Amino acid sequence: MGQVDQTSVPTKIVVIGNGMAAGRAMEELFAKQRPPLQVTVFGAEPRVNYNRIMLSPVLSGEKTFEQIIIHDEAWYAKHCVRLRSGQPIVAIDRKAKTVVTSGGDQVPYDKLVIATGSQPFVIPVPGANLEGVVTFRDLDDVEKMHAAAATGGNAVVIGGGLLGLEAAAGLALKGMKVSVVHLMPTLMERQLDPSAGYLLEKAISERGIDVYTKANTEAILGSDRVTGVKLKDGAILPADLVVMAVGIRPNFGLGKAAGLDCNRGIVVDDWLRTSDPDIFALGECVEHRGQCYGLVAPLYEMAKVLASELAGEKPSGFVPAVTSAKLKVTGIDLFSAGDFSDDDENNEIVLRDPARGIYKRVVIHDNKIIGAVLYGDTEDGGWYFDLLKKGEDVGAIRDTLIFGQAYQGGSPLDPTAAVAALPDDAEICGCNGVSKGSIVAAITSGGLATLEDLRAKTKASASCGQCTGKVELLLAATLGESYESSGRKPMCKCTDLTHEEVRRLIKTKPLKSQPAVMQELGWKTSGGCPSCQPALNYYLLCDWPLEYKDDYQARFINERVHANIQKDGTFSVVPRMWGGVTSAAELRAIADVVDQFKIPMVKVTGGQRIDLLGVKKQDLPAVWAQLIANGLMSGFAYGKSLRTIKTCVGSEFCRFGTQDSTGLGIKLEKLMCGAWTPAKLKLAVSGCPRNCAESTVKDIGVICVDSGYDLHIAGAAGLHVKATDLLGHVDSEEEALEYIAAVAQKYREEANYLDRLYKWVEKTGLEHVRRAIMEDHDNRKALYERFLLSQRVARKDPWAERVAGRDLHEFMPLAVISRIAAE
Amino acid sequence: MHDVKTYWFDCGPVTAIPLRGARTVVTPRREIAVFRTANNDIFALENKCPHKGGPLSEGIVHGHKVACPLHNWVFDLESGEALAEKACVRTFPVKIERGRIYLDMGVAASG
Ligand SMILES: Cc1cc2nc3c(=O)[nH]c(=O)nc-3n(C[C@H](O)[C@H](O)[C@H](O)COP(=O)(O)OP(=O)(O)OC[C@H]3O[C@@H](n4cnc5c(N)ncnc54)[C@H](O)[C@@H]3O)c2cc1C
Ligand code: SF4
Ligand code: FES
Repeated sequence: MGQVDQTSVPTKIVVIGNGMAAGRAMEELFAKQRPPLQVTVFGAEPRVNYNRIMLSPVLSGEKTFEQIIIHDEAWYAKHCVRLRSGQPIVAIDRKAKTVVTSGGDQVPYDKLVIATGSQPFVIPVPGANLEGVVTFRDLDDVEKMHAAAATGGNAVVIGGGLLGLEAAAGLALKGMKVSVVHLMPTLMERQLDPSAGYLLEKAISERGIDVYTKANTEAILGSDRVTGVKLKDGAILPADLVVMAVGIRPNFGLGKAAGLDCNRGIVVDDWLRTSDPDIFALGECVEHRGQCYGLVAPLYEMAKVLASELAGEKPSGFVPAVTSAKLKVTGIDLFSAGDFSDDDENNEIVLRDPARGIYKRVVIHDNKIIGAVLYGDTEDGGWYFDLLKKGEDVGAIRDTLIFGQAYQGGSPLDPTAAVAALPDDAEICGCNGVSKGSIVAAITSGGLATLEDLRAKTKASASCGQCTGKVELLLAATLGESYESSGRKPMCKCTDLTHEEVRRLIKTKPLKSQPAVMQELGWKTSGGCPSCQPALNYYLLCDWPLEYKDDYQARFINERVHANIQKDGTFSVVPRMWGGVTSAAELRAIADVVDQFKIPMVKVTGGQRIDLLGVKKQDLPAVWAQLIANGLMSGFAYGKSLRTIKTCVGSEFCRFGTQDSTGLGIKLEKLMCGAWTPAKLKLAVSGCPRNCAESTVKDIGVICVDSGYDLHIAGAAGLHVKATDLLGHVDSEEEALEYIAAVAQKYREEANYLDRLYKWVEKTGLEHVRRAIMEDHDNRKALYERFLLSQRVARKDPWAERVAGRDLHEFMPLAVISRIAAE
Repeated sequence: MHDVKTYWFDCGPVTAIPLRGARTVVTPRREIAVFRTANNDIFALENKCPHKGGPLSEGIVHGHKVACPLHNWVFDLESGEALAEKACVRTFPVKIERGRIYLDMGVAASG
C-alpha cells in the first residue's frame, strides 16, 4: 500500500452511514497511496455493507442476502476499519469535532464524511402508520415483506416507479396477489414516455398484477393492522400488506441540526465539501449544483472524487452526470437515459415492432443524442448511452441509428432499394406470415397491381396494417414506372395508416388508449401530433364510451372550456334552446347576465338561439352558474358534436303544418344533446314541404308530411352547398327518433374525424346507409342501442360540471401580480 | 439592454397546471403563458401570438411545442420560434424547485 509515513499521527476519519456511497468511497480510498488514516464507520443498520440495489432480487427470492454483501467482516479487518454497525449517530458537535452515538459515546474526528442516504417518503394519509404498512429501503423492510408474503394474501404497492414495480414483481413471485396504485397516467413516467409506459403496464398486468393508474390514495384502512387501501374515487382495494414506494427524501437532518448549509440536501461543492471545510458529504443525502441523485452511478463518481480528496490529491471535481435507468424485473427489458421529453418528430427517431412488443426512441438535438428510451430490446442501450455521454455527432449515421450498433457500417440505402434488397424469405407481414417472395410472386405472376388486390389475395398488410408502407414499396419496386400509388391518404405524418384503417383496428384489436393505438399500430412519433391526437381521442371515446376516459388535453380549446374562442381571445356563450323555443324567464336570465357581466354583444344565431359574445374567460363559470340557475344549459355551439335542431312552428300554430315539428325537434335535441360526433352535426325539422326550417341543407333533416316523416340526410350549407338526399319515410314520431339516432350513430362509428356527414355519405355511398337504416332492422336497433349507451355517459351538462368545480384551473390565472414586491 | 434584477416569483405548484396544458400569470405589463409538457417540463412564453394575438395558453401542447388556437401557427416552447413562419414569441426564465414553479419577474415584468 505504498510508502506510509509511520511518524505522523493518523488522521481520524469518521464516516456516518454505511451504505453504497460510503462503501465505494472507502474502497476507492484504500486503493490509493495516502497518508495514514484511522477510519471509523457508523451504520444505523445492524449489518455489513451490502448492495442495496440487489434488494429487489432478494425480495423476489432470486438471490439471498449473503449473495449481495459487498464488504464482509474480513474486509473491514483487512483495512483496519472500525465498523460500528447498529449504532446510529444522533448529533455532530462541530466545535468539539465529535459525533455522538445513540448510546451516548462521543467519538472525535479530524475529517467527517456524511453519507446517510435517503429516507423513503411516506404519504401522510390516514392509516399510514398502521401495522403492515412498510417502505422499501433496507433489508429490514425486505424481511417484513417476506414475513407478510409467507401467509399469502393481498399486497398493495403505492407508487408505480422503479422501486414500486420491483417490489410488486417481487411480492407477486412470492405468491401474493398484488395491485399497484399509481398517481400518474403511465407507469415510471420519469424514466419512460407514455408509449414505453403502456408496454410496461401490459407486461406487469400479464404477471397477474393489477395496475391502477391516475389513482390517488385517500386512506389506508384498518384498525390496528392494515386491511385495505381506499382510493379517491371511492374504490377499496383489500390489503394485508401495503408498500409505500412513492419517492425518497435526502436524509440530511443530522447535517442541518449541526448548522451545515442545507437546501433539499446537504449542500456540497464540486469537491463534496460542505459549508464546514472539515465535513464532507456524498451520496443521496447531498445536493450538488441544485441537483439531488437517486441512482448509484453518479454516487460512484462522487466516491472517486472524495477518495482522491481525502488522499490529499487534487481531483478535478465532481461533474453532474446524465443517468440511465433499468428495471430489475426478470423478463422485462427496458432502458432509459438522458432527456427524452422532446417529442418533436424532427428531433426523434422512433421504431416500433408491435408484434414483438418493441419500442425504441432516440432523441436528437443538433446531431447529438440527448436521450433514449428502449423497451423490449435494450441491447443497444449501452451504445446509445455512450454516444450520449460522449456527445458524439451522429449526423452521418442518423438514418440507421435506430437499428442499433450491429447495423452500422453498411452504406445507407434508400427505402425502395432496401426492400428490393431483402431476401425472398424475409417476412414482410408479421401478422399473416407473408414473405417478400410470395408478395412479389403475386404481383409478377398473379398480375396484382394494387394494394387492395394484394391485401385481398395474399393478406399482406390486411391485419394490423403496420407493414402497409413496405408492401407499397414492394409494389413500386416490382412494377417500377407502371405502379401508381393507391392514393391512400395516411391519417397524418405519424402513421402510414388511413383514418378508416385506424378506426377498424381500434375496434378489432381492440385498442383502448392512445398509447395502445400508437404502439400497436406502429406510430412513427412517440406521442402523436395536434392532428391525430384529437382524432384518436374521438375514436376511442366513440368506440369505448364506458371504458375510455376523455383526454381533455387532446381537445381543441373550445371543447376544453365549452365555449367558442373569438379573435380577441374572449369567448362566446350559447345556451341550448330546445328546438329554438325560449321563454320570458330564459330571456330575462340572459338579459341579466348580459348586464351583470357587461357582455358587449348579443346576437341571434342562424341555428335559432342566442349568442353572448365577448365574454372574458375568467367570467365563464360565473356566467354559466347564473344561466344554469335559470334552467339553461350548454348549447355545445363550440364542439364537434350535436349543435342545433332548427324547427318551424309546425302544426301547433302554422296553418300548413302537418305534424308537431317543434315538438319533434325538442325531443330529438333531448335525445341527442351532448353527443360527440366526427364533425359538427346540425339538424332541422320542418312541419311541411314548404320547409321553413331549411331541413334540406342540414346534416340530417326531417320534412313532416301528412302520412308521417320524410328523413333526409347529407345536406350542407357552408363552404360547400348541397341539398340532402332522401333516406326514407317513417310513419311515427317514435320511429323518426330511432332512425335518426341510428343514422347519427352510424356516422359516429364510421366517419373520419372532421368529415361532415355529407362527406361520409359521399365516401360510403347513400345506398350503404339506406340499407343499414331502412332495411336491416336488427342493425338499426343495435345502432340505436349503442347510441343510447354512449349517451348515458355523454348526456350531461359540461357547464354545470364546471360550475361545480371541474377543471377550475382552466378559468383562473395561475397567479396575478399587481406590482413587483419591493426588495 | 439594461440590467434587471432576478426576482423569482413563486407561481404555485407544478401540479396546478395539467400535463400537456398551460395556465397564465397576469402581470401589469403582460400576460404570460406557463406551459407544462407531458414530461413535466415547464416553459413560459408571452401569451400573445405574433400573428394576430391569439392566446397561446389555449393551444394544444404537443411535445415541446404549442399550436396557436386561432390559426394553428406552431411555436417551439423552448426558443419561442414559430416553426413554419418567420416569427418569434418572447420566452421568460422559469424554474421548478421542490415542485413549485418560479418565474423570473425581474425579466417578466420589465420592458
Ligand atoms: C430496492 C432498491 C432498488 C434500487 N435499485 C437501483 C438500481 O437499479 N439502480 C440504481 O442506480 N439505484 C438503485 N437504487 C438506489 C440506490 O440503492 C441508492 O442510490 C444508493 O443506495 C444510495 O447510496 P447512499 O450511500 O447515498 O445511501 P444508502 O445506500 O441508503 O446508505 C445510507 C446508509 O446510511 C445509514 N444511516 C442513515 N442515517 C444514519 C445515522 N444517523 N447514523 C448512521 N447511519 C445512518 C442508513 O441506514 C443506510 O444504511 C435502489 C434502491 C433500492 C432501495
Ligand atoms: S314548414 Fe310548413 S309547417 Fe313549418 S312553418 Fe313552414 S309552412 Fe308552416
Ligand atoms: S393569432 Fe396565432 S396563429 Fe393567428
